[in-house]
Amino acid sequence: MTVTEEHVPPAEAEAPPRKRWRPGSVEVLAALLVLVVLLRGPITRSLATPALQTWLTVFVSVLTQAIPFLVFGVVLSAVIAVFIPPSFFAKALPSHPALAVPTASVAGVVLPGCECASVPVAGALVQRGVTPAAAFAFLLASPAVNPIVLISTAVAFPGQPQMVVGRAVASLVVACLMGWLWQAFGKGSWLRMPSRAHLDGMAKWPAFWASVRHDVLHAGGFLVIGAASAAVIAVVVPKTWLEHVASNPVLAIVVMGLLAVLLSICSEADAFVAASLTQFSLTARLAFLVVGPMIDLKLFAMQAGIFGRRFALRFAPATFVMAILVSAILGPVLL
Amino acid sequence: MNKQAQAVILLLIGGAVLRASLSGQYLNYVKAGLQPYLIAAGAILVVAGAFTLWYELRGAKTARGGDNAHGHAHGDDDGHGHAHGGPKVAWLLLAPVLGLLLFAPPALGSYAAGRSGSAVTARSEYAPLPAGDPLSLTMLDYASRAVFDKGVSLGERRIQLTGFVMRGPQDQWLLARMMVSCCAADARPVKVALDGELPDGLQDQQWVRVTGRYSGREVTDNVNGEAIPFISVSDVTLIAVPQEQYES
Repeated sequence: MTVTEEHVPPAEAEAPPRKRWRPGSVEVLAALLVLVVLLRGPITRSLATPALQTWLTVFVSVLTQAIPFLVFGVVLSAVIAVFIPPSFFAKALPSHPALAVPTASVAGVVLPGCECASVPVAGALVQRGVTPAAAFAFLLASPAVNPIVLISTAVAFPGQPQMVVGRAVASLVVACLMGWLWQAFGKGSWLRMPSRAHLDGMAKWPAFWASVRHDVLHAGGFLVIGAASAAVIAVVVPKTWLEHVASNPVLAIVVMGLLAVLLSICSEADAFVAASLTQFSLTARLAFLVVGPMIDLKLFAMQAGIFGRRFALRFAPATFVMAILVSAILGPVLL
Repeated sequence: MNKQAQAVILLLIGGAVLRASLSGQYLNYVKAGLQPYLIAAGAILVVAGAFTLWYELRGAKTARGGDNAHGHAHGDDDGHGHAHGGPKVAWLLLAPVLGLLLFAPPALGSYAAGRSGSAVTARSEYAPLPAGDPLSLTMLDYASRAVFDKGVSLGERRIQLTGFVMRGPQDQWLLARMMVSCCAADARPVKVALDGELPDGLQDQQWVRVTGRYSGREVTDNVNGEAIPFISVSDVTLIAVPQEQYES
């Protein structure tokens, strides 16, 4: 497909209800595309420095890698929103929230993917009446404890099965604690969820595709913000200064946690990066593996998009602190 | 953003992903194993865009007939405050579309490799090398056998390695290759220093195939303090950039 083929729709885009003509979004889109195609030469030249080139490659790579998982998560969340009745979740989860939280954490095992899929799915669960505490436990646990991620962790740390156990246990503990924390202190008013009232009156399939379209555009847009900032970090942070902080055990754990947030590496691959950061202690690397799937730049952007900014601003720092503390305590015990 | 524009965005991302995954361009960004998932995701996006356009055009027709079906087009919004049309943030999805279709950045090379430390990992045991002369090994296999097995399992065998050249810590030429487990964001370089006669006028980022033997020398990577083993080369062939530039 080429871009020029996509300029056709404007002809049929005259939205009938407008009184006075003003450029609609299709016209703006077409003009923007034409402009970029015309300015392609100068833009390409200005991107030719190695640093910008690396930024663009990492940016495009993070998105390319995330899109299959995003689409998978969005389709799953549309299925939940349209085809699975709320009564199913009422039956599947224990009615007491304190018990629903650990059940939902362990249920994360069944979502084989990385964190990009978990955000839209957790959003759909909340809308289907699942208690938010349980949905958040699922959101935090599923990217870290599913079989694909645990197997890749085992492959990255050959001969160190305790790393796989440590990752699974620490992630489940953090997910449960965060779920209970929300149950105890969370306020529903922090959540600003999309109301899906418009889906209710629609036939099943139109509702399914409307849900897919909305979630892809919404979560995907925020994913772009996250990927762009993660690519900046990948280009700007020199790996040499890591050498100096690795020797201080406490600082090392915090720095590895921060690095996991900033680098925003997919949970299926982060174990390989952790394995290559040999200058850090195993506990510090465990913190990297526990923090990364739960909170990073692209997850923060997506959470803000799906659950609202007021939620993300409270939930993300709490998750970070909890993940660091649990890793620091469990690391020396398990590793 | 109205629904027609949303449909166009969906078609564009789906199309860009399909094109990248079918043309081999995706190999510059992600591991080869993702291809079927990329094709499936691209197809779903295209179908979602097509259905959006179809429902929208059909809805517009019935709306003109006095039906209130058009109400969906405006009632689509969802309490995030983006009252007119879809989410504004969706405009940002144009950035990866343009990145993939128009600018198509190259795979990570010597610049990125120079900023990260050589990522050699130890294995629990080193099986004897298979038959072959010269024997082609991955960069990681050679470096791991050289650094952690002290070259015992390499012996006097002639080894062939493929990668791009770059300047090393003491300005000597290194052979390097990026390893990718998921996407280029997790790319880590493996570096091997070149000993012996090299062609004149070697350029940074030139892809080469070298044949040589384990030499026992090592140099330290100044990024992470990891050892970079040498290979003492007898033959260097300049080659074209391979389609699959990363080792996985």
